[in-house]
Amino acid sequence: MEHIRTTKVEQVKLLDRFSTSNKSLTGTLYLTATHLLFIDSHQKETWILHHHIASVEKLALTTSGCPLVIQCKNFRIVHFIVPRERDCHDIYNSLLQLSKQAKYEDLYAFSYNPKQNDSERLQGWQLIDLAEEYKRMGVPNPHWQLSDANREYKICETYPRELYVPRIASKPIIVGSSKFRSKGRFPVLSYYHQEKEAAICRCSQPLSGFSARCLEDEHLLQAISKANPVNRYMYVVDTRPKHRMQSWWATQKDIGRIIVRISSKIWNDEKIRESDERKRLNAMANRAAGKGYENEDNYSNIRFQFVGIENIHVMRSSLQKLLEVNGTKGLSVNDFYSGLENSGWLRHIKAVMDAAIFLAKAIMIENASVLVHCSDGWDRTSQVCSLGSLLLDSYYRTIKGFMVLIEKDWISFGHKFSERCGHLDGDPKEVSPVFTQFLECVWHLTEQFPQAFEFNEAFLLQIHEHIHSCQFGNFLGNCQKEREELKLKEKTYSLWPFLLDDQKKYLNPLYSSKSQRFTVLEPNTVSFNFKFWRNMYHQFDRTLHPRQSVFNIIMNMNEQNKQLEKDIQDLESKIKQCKNKQSDGVLTKELLHSVHPESSALKTSLCLKEQTLLPVNDALRTIEGSNPADNRYCDYTEEFSKAEPGVVSLEYGVARMTC
Amino acid sequence: MEFSELIRTGRAQAELLPGPEEAPLRGTLCVTGHHLLLSPGPPSTPDLWLLLLRSVDSIEKRVAGDSGTITLRCKDLRVLQLDIEGVEATLDIARSIETNAWRLSEVNQDFSLCSSYPRAVIVPRAVDDDALAQCARFRQGGRFPVLCYHHAPSGTVLLRSSQPLTGPQKRRCAEDEDLLRAVLTGARPGAQGFIVDTRSSQAAKQARMTGGGTEAKAAYPGWKRLHRPLERGRALQESFVRLVEACGDTEQSMDRWLSRLEGCRWLAHVKEALSTACLAAQGMEREGACILVHGAEGTDSTLLVTSLTQLILDPLSRTITGFQELVEREWIQAGHPFQLRCAHSAFSHTRPKHEAPTFLLFLDCVWQLGRQFPLSLEFGEGLLLALFEHAYASPFGTFLCNSEKERCLCEVRTRTHSLWSGLNQPKEQRKLRNPLYVPNPLAIWPSVEPQSLRLWQGLFLRWTRPPEPSEVAWEKVWQIVTEREKTGDSAHSFCLSSQPKQ
Repeated sequence: MEHIRTTKVEQVKLLDRFSTSNKSLTGTLYLTATHLLFIDSHQKETWILHHHIASVEKLALTTSGCPLVIQCKNFRIVHFIVPRERDCHDIYNSLLQLSKQAKYEDLYAFSYNPKQNDSERLQGWQLIDLAEEYKRMGVPNPHWQLSDANREYKICETYPRELYVPRIASKPIIVGSSKFRSKGRFPVLSYYHQEKEAAICRCSQPLSGFSARCLEDEHLLQAISKANPVNRYMYVVDTRPKHRMQSWWATQKDIGRIIVRISSKIWNDEKIRESDERKRLNAMANRAAGKGYENEDNYSNIRFQFVGIENIHVMRSSLQKLLEVNGTKGLSVNDFYSGLENSGWLRHIKAVMDAAIFLAKAIMIENASVLVHCSDGWDRTSQVCSLGSLLLDSYYRTIKGFMVLIEKDWISFGHKFSERCGHLDGDPKEVSPVFTQFLECVWHLTEQFPQAFEFNEAFLLQIHEHIHSCQFGNFLGNCQKEREELKLKEKTYSLWPFLLDDQKKYLNPLYSSKSQRFTVLEPNTVSFNFKFWRNMYHQFDRTLHPRQSVFNIIMNMNEQNKQLEKDIQDLESKIKQCKNKQSDGVLTKELLHSVHPESSALKTSLCLKEQTLLPVNDALRTIEGSNPADNRYCDYTEEFSKAEPGVVSLEYGVARMTC
Repeated sequence: MEFSELIRTGRAQAELLPGPEEAPLRGTLCVTGHHLLLSPGPPSTPDLWLLLLRSVDSIEKRVAGDSGTITLRCKDLRVLQLDIEGVEATLDIARSIETNAWRLSEVNQDFSLCSSYPRAVIVPRAVDDDALAQCARFRQGGRFPVLCYHHAPSGTVLLRSSQPLTGPQKRRCAEDEDLLRAVLTGARPGAQGFIVDTRSSQAAKQARMTGGGTEAKAAYPGWKRLHRPLERGRALQESFVRLVEACGDTEQSMDRWLSRLEGCRWLAHVKEALSTACLAAQGMEREGACILVHGAEGTDSTLLVTSLTQLILDPLSRTITGFQELVEREWIQAGHPFQLRCAHSAFSHTRPKHEAPTFLLFLDCVWQLGRQFPLSLEFGEGLLLALFEHAYASPFGTFLCNSEKERCLCEVRTRTHSLWSGLNQPKEQRKLRNPLYVPNPLAIWPSVEPQSLRLWQGLFLRWTRPPEPSEVAWEKVWQIVTEREKTGDSAHSFCLSSQPKQ
């Protein structure tokens, strides 16, 4: 609260982001401890959570006041004009402070109180149980077991306590492998396909340097391939683009040589022969030529595969470019598409999708296990593993299953949510829309398979909202260890029960759970299947959206169908009952009385039938949407009132002379 | 068109002030096919006041609070004032009297005036057939301004024509000027008009060299010109061909696809067409202005704009029959040369001469409207696809020939079957109908931002991508809707049967 100097400013203008004629709403701006609130003259409220604010900018003073531009992480952009510069300055400073917290304890989640008691809170946290999930997948089993190696986070700080590894992999092998892998993230099970007995495993990159090989790591990989009784061959998927690895190696080669020379001096004492060094250099040169990251010679039964997903920095600037294009006023179709192309965003989305499809195919067609890694194994690896599992397993396409998937592949395996989403004031280079890309890939799947998902777009948008909102504890922190230290389960609430309570809003009315053909999704990644996700990146720009929502309508219809069918059944059984009681003839008062309470419900549902075809808010939307002033061509209004150029009036004189 | 169809309100309570000397008359006001009647209340039953509608010279309406005033200036120089209860009633009565400003002319009965117009056209009542003949001489291809849509809520009209033949000498035509003046006075005193020229002002000026041109401002007081250049002819065909090429390549990278999608400019044409139509519609509905649309020949981009404008403004044109009527009226009867434009589609190796996918562009725009207002069109993608197919190749006669005149010469009506009767068979309905349709009485204003426009995959990628999932989903929507109707009905009948019998 100490950051807030001004709590209320009147006569603030909210500009329409896209209007070229500077259309605006006037209202009052309030600053609270958690939100920025704007109430316009129609009493419409716009709430902006401080944590959602990505940047605040104060533009040069104009005649009407001081402009303040706020960009949010959920892609809302608001443009205020504050009449007095001092107020603007105060708000600007407050927001700068409030949107960038230094400590976890200052985040909204630690003060948010949804009026639940402790046991309800605990129940909420227990809603998603990963042990239960591994059981569902069919582990432990004769090939896979739970390892207690990381029980105390001794081997890997960023992994969860409970990890599943091949049964034949002993603890020394695990420990040895973890030393060879970056951040100790050794290969572990991410998803087990029960029917094919094949697994998706994940890890981080092998550490380069002195030793080009690590026997324990090789053993562990052998163990993974042996855990698949059907196909001994396995894939190691490096999600990074091959060309980048090559250039990286080109720069590393010299460094490698130096390291080898220095170390060889030490090793000479230990009587390591010259030939070994040459062998090492050769191995390096091999890898420099792009023969794979792990040296193929050392790993039998393994095929290496690069899938070109770019790193977090490329993704961050790609999104930045995309948003710049979209924010342009009076954008032409051509600029939009060339901007979309230049941003490379859809190319990146396609790359992630292609990688996931590779995974699914390896398992479904070749019956092969797959080990996925990138650099640290918490960004691209999470994307690819989770999306791959989603393609393979219809459970993850349900509301609950999707929550489990996020808990498993993202939260528990240490995707650094707090750094990637910039929850705290930290290194801006660590921020990257990795999870947003995952959601977008899922959205593309929902577009291609409208019946395969239990949830709808609103669910994805809501989750995206909350990875940044810091309102719930789920996405705070960067790994499980950190979350335990923050005591999130005692101090904050879990998001999932709240989403489940609201699940009506997130149901896909077209979902068909029974349909067998949707067990494994085989999306088509031809370029033209990728579309710009308007509802995400223009979520708050209402004028760009379709004016009527099919989803709402169908959802309401479905609800009513169910309700009416239930009513009919009730009435039928009542009539039957009564007929049994009465010998025959006229309906008695008893029946009428018993029917009446239902029939009032029935009447309301019949009334609903009339109304919900165009539900109230939807009708409103139509009316609002039906205002040409909402659209860009409204700016032609000026042309209506604009006088024609003077040249034209000269024509009259000329015409008169010739006539 | 029967005049009586245009009467919106049968009756209203009103007070008539015949003149400063006479006593006011109270009673029920009534508009019939030819007369305005005022029937006073019971105390003075015999006196029925009556005015021939033809004798009204000008009409002026004013509304204040919940009543309104109509001032009628008659041809016999009488000035009458009517005070009417209810704002809606006032406006309706005024409109019913006003529509008198238009008539059906059969001046083109033998296609002598204009070979691409139908036999009958609607023109201002104030302009006689001889004047029309003069106008026709002043417009390219004889396409003088005719009415294509009367927007009742604002009392404004949409007209179309071809370019005036001003030529390098900047010729004028008094009859043509009279006609457009009559349009404005017919709408309401002091009404404004906009001429939407579908060419750039540069192109319009250049057209003078070849005998065409554009309306000089001074010659048409009250009318303002707006230039909205729309792509046409070969350039549009090229755009279509390049888009189809791009859509046929399934191997291309994302960047290549996006750059080809941009390079073909198809969606830019969609945006331009839609925003021009929105501009015209906005002029009519919001500014209360009359709109005349023309380009050069007035058979391509002109029709694109006028038909889309109607779709935006007129709820009736969004029904299945209304839309078929719109296509029949604004494209087929209005003389869009289908034979020339749709001779070849996108794959032909012959050099295109007259081909242009103007009609396809129209269908695409309609599809975009349908996507943004999924409940407001009674028809679905199926009807649009069917029209696209039949325009290019059809066993029916509807899209044959280039004009009504040719269709008469070829006896199309007697020797072929109509597409409409084919489409309107019950078994076709499920393919064509939008199960979610709810009549929407309002204008539908689409967003024309590039982010809101999409490639029409159902058409351009129809054969390249597996359509199954989306078709299954569509089937599911149908299922839900029919189920809903069924349960609703049976619940309703239950409700009735369980009512107490007394």
